[in-house]
Amino acid sequence: MEFYGVTLSSRLLLGTARYPSPKILEAAVRASGAEIVTVSLRREGGDQRAGQAFWSLIGELGLRVLPNTAGCHSVKEAVTTAHMARELFGTTWIKLEVIGEADTLQPDVFGLVEAARILGEDGFEVFPYTTEDLVVAERLLEGGCRVLMPWGAPIGSARGLNNLFGLRALRAHFPDVPLVIDAGLGLPSHAAAAMEMGYDAVLLNTAVAEAGDPVRMAEAFALAVDAGRLAHTASPLEPRDMAAPSTPVLGKAVLA
Amino acid sequence: MRIRLNGAEKQLAASRLDEALDALGYKDAVIATAVNGRFVPAARRADTQLYDGDSLEVLAPMQGG
Repeated sequence: MEFYGVTLSSRLLLGTARYPSPKILEAAVRASGAEIVTVSLRREGGDQRAGQAFWSLIGELGLRVLPNTAGCHSVKEAVTTAHMARELFGTTWIKLEVIGEADTLQPDVFGLVEAARILGEDGFEVFPYTTEDLVVAERLLEGGCRVLMPWGAPIGSARGLNNLFGLRALRAHFPDVPLVIDAGLGLPSHAAAAMEMGYDAVLLNTAVAEAGDPVRMAEAFALAVDAGRLAHTASPLEPRDMAAPSTPVLGKAVLA
Repeated sequence: MRIRLNGAEKQLAASRLDEALDALGYKDAVIATAVNGRFVPAARRADTQLYDGDSLEVLAPMQGG
């Protein structure tokens, strides 16, 4: 799997927020096998230095970081945040979020397309948090995106894949574009389903961080992602309406 | 000079951004800055003057999903 020319072996991207402690975060990341972790940026007072400690921890993990523009509700906010993230984290990668609705945290796809174009022209490699809308996806690709990240369900909702038809259509419509399910997963089976459908990777945070045992759940998701991917490459059966006996009928004794 | 630092009022003696950041306790910190909503790269801080009433945002790495 490649994102912007970078080859990766893990298909699980993990967020770093909401863990009970930095130690559990570190253990969960390691258990997940993730090679990419998402990070953010927030206000810091000169006497606080919480961000500095977090940055040291991320450095120790030695993984690639994908900064986000979480919480941005306008193109200007998102673009400025992306510039600050590029300097802070030393990467041109940006997980672009332009939020359009407070209850569902649904992307503002109009602002998203505009911000992606602006950032793409400025040398960013954009990972847009989007919906499963085909037309929006096309516009994002036209704007320079080489990866798309449709939501499974609203962020943190743990509902899984809300719109199977839409996600299947997106996969079928863009067979060669890396597609990552981002947000809304709650269970490893949700991740496996996404991978079985042919998605290239999943990105999750809350499902692991807020599990009773985040480290164990991280491992469970890693196994599910691998299982789902393996199943996809094994050409799964198409569902059918009627039964098809698995035991051969030929040679069956006549005992009636 | 009074500015707003991350939304809170602050009294400042220094007017150059790099000097102001040192005075505010950010010396050697991993931070990114914006003045009045505009990103100011680290390389431009020494050329950036702060004025009374300016709004300074100082951001650091943070956990994110």
